[in-house]
Amino acid sequence: MNAMLNCMEETWGNPSSLYGLGQRAREALEEARERIAACIGASPKEITFTSGGSEADNQAIRSAAALGARKGKRHIISTAFEHHAVLHTLKKLEGEGFEVELLPVGTLGTVTARQAAEAIREDTALVTIMYANNEIGSVLPIPEIGAVCRERGVLFHTDAVQAAGHLPIDVKAQNIDLLSLSAHKFHGPKGVGVLYARQGIPLSSLIEGGAQERGKRAGTENVPAIVGMAAALEEACAHMDENAAKVSALRDRLIAGLSQIPYATLNGDPVNRLPGNVNFCFEGVEGESLLLLLDDRGICASSGSACTSGSLDPSHVLLAIGRPHEAAHGSLRLSLCGENTEADVEAILKAVPEIVDYLRGMSPLWKDKVSGKREFVL
Amino acid sequence: MALYSERVMDHFRNPRNVGMIGDADGVGEAGNAVCGDIMKIYLKIEDGIVSDVKFETFGCGSAIASSSMATELIKGKPLSEVLKLTNKAVTEALDGLPAHKLHCSVLAEEAIRAAVKDYYDRQGIAYDPKDFPDCGSCEGCHG
Repeated sequence: MNAMLNCMEETWGNPSSLYGLGQRAREALEEARERIAACIGASPKEITFTSGGSEADNQAIRSAAALGARKGKRHIISTAFEHHAVLHTLKKLEGEGFEVELLPVGTLGTVTARQAAEAIREDTALVTIMYANNEIGSVLPIPEIGAVCRERGVLFHTDAVQAAGHLPIDVKAQNIDLLSLSAHKFHGPKGVGVLYARQGIPLSSLIEGGAQERGKRAGTENVPAIVGMAAALEEACAHMDENAAKVSALRDRLIAGLSQIPYATLNGDPVNRLPGNVNFCFEGVEGESLLLLLDDRGICASSGSACTSGSLDPSHVLLAIGRPHEAAHGSLRLSLCGENTEADVEAILKAVPEIVDYLRGMSPLWKDKVSGKREFVL
Repeated sequence: MALYSERVMDHFRNPRNVGMIGDADGVGEAGNAVCGDIMKIYLKIEDGIVSDVKFETFGCGSAIASSSMATELIKGKPLSEVLKLTNKAVTEALDGLPAHKLHCSVLAEEAIRAAVKDYYDRQGIAYDPKDFPDCGSCEGCHG
């Protein structure tokens, strides 16, 4: 916040302008680029600022696809539970003649480097696999997948939106060619993100019209947001270990407590898991009702239920790990951070079972399950 | 603007007529678990009038609110009027629903019709099957 306020008060010039005020904004921009690069083991010129994770995903995949197509490579490997910014871009590329292969993610919601290795072909242009899943928190074996891709000479992109600031990222050591991140996932401002592209990988621009970001992303840079992002990422990386220890302890307590609810199941990998992610399915209740009643008690959560999304289909992530539709409708995701306390966890552990009980009490689906008319699905 | 009107939130937080009627004269159900909402309506009928009504619902906030409002709208009404209840009337009584939630009010209408049909079947009362179209599939919503 301070970094952003200071930027808006003191360095509000256009970084592309030659006057002193503009040049000071340019300096602030380049300093932010250096600081962000340092946090992920990149060099500053490998950093392109974008409007967020979605734009970075789109640009990374489009760029790699264009490079592959030039060499006649039109096969792309990904997973079934990527963010829609990735999946929808891949869908479009399918319409443009690319062949997309989505690796299954199993019941825990992860893939192995071996799966990736076995899927790579002569004509594979890109492997794009997320660092950690946004909904169910599974952390994927990115360094291993990166090593496989590097060995086979295939470009590797990872959507690290959930990981940045929470898990150690070193693009060089982890053999990552392209990486997307988004500031608001590490307490930075919304509407700003980064695309890292290893030196030598030419990016195709999605937005034309100016020479900003070395011609790869036209449009005057959102300097205050970028400066805020750099400050937030540095802060998150500086306290990563202590934060992860504290938050994962809260997470495990929450998981243990919620597991006591009958017919409740944890979604995602219990071991390789984002420190702050808790995601459960409860039989016989619908997620949106659960969220609204939790909100009444001051608890902000989200759900993979169709009813919370504006569409009529439940979360593709929960379906990808094999949850039946009806269980996916009854999912609850709680995201914890370093500012949460044990008292928060106790409040959640009191509220959730009460609300689940209450909703089950009026649920004909639950009653049919209890009476044996319908089967339990979890 | 909030997703739901104050009236929807009121009927969601304080649903009227929740529960079941053990000796109901007609029971109807609509929706399915795959789509994420099921409504069950229990009717008690005396002299052709809904003397009591209860509902059980598995579903989102608007599904619970629609059930609650629909039961309020038919309580004490003659069956001829009950059958005229439309999802539009339920929606209007709730001061509107978001477009992608309108099917919740449709479910309420369907569950009530199914309960009346069950009552007619049990009593051997003749009716025109055209008045009770079977939704049958989810393609209307998921096509």
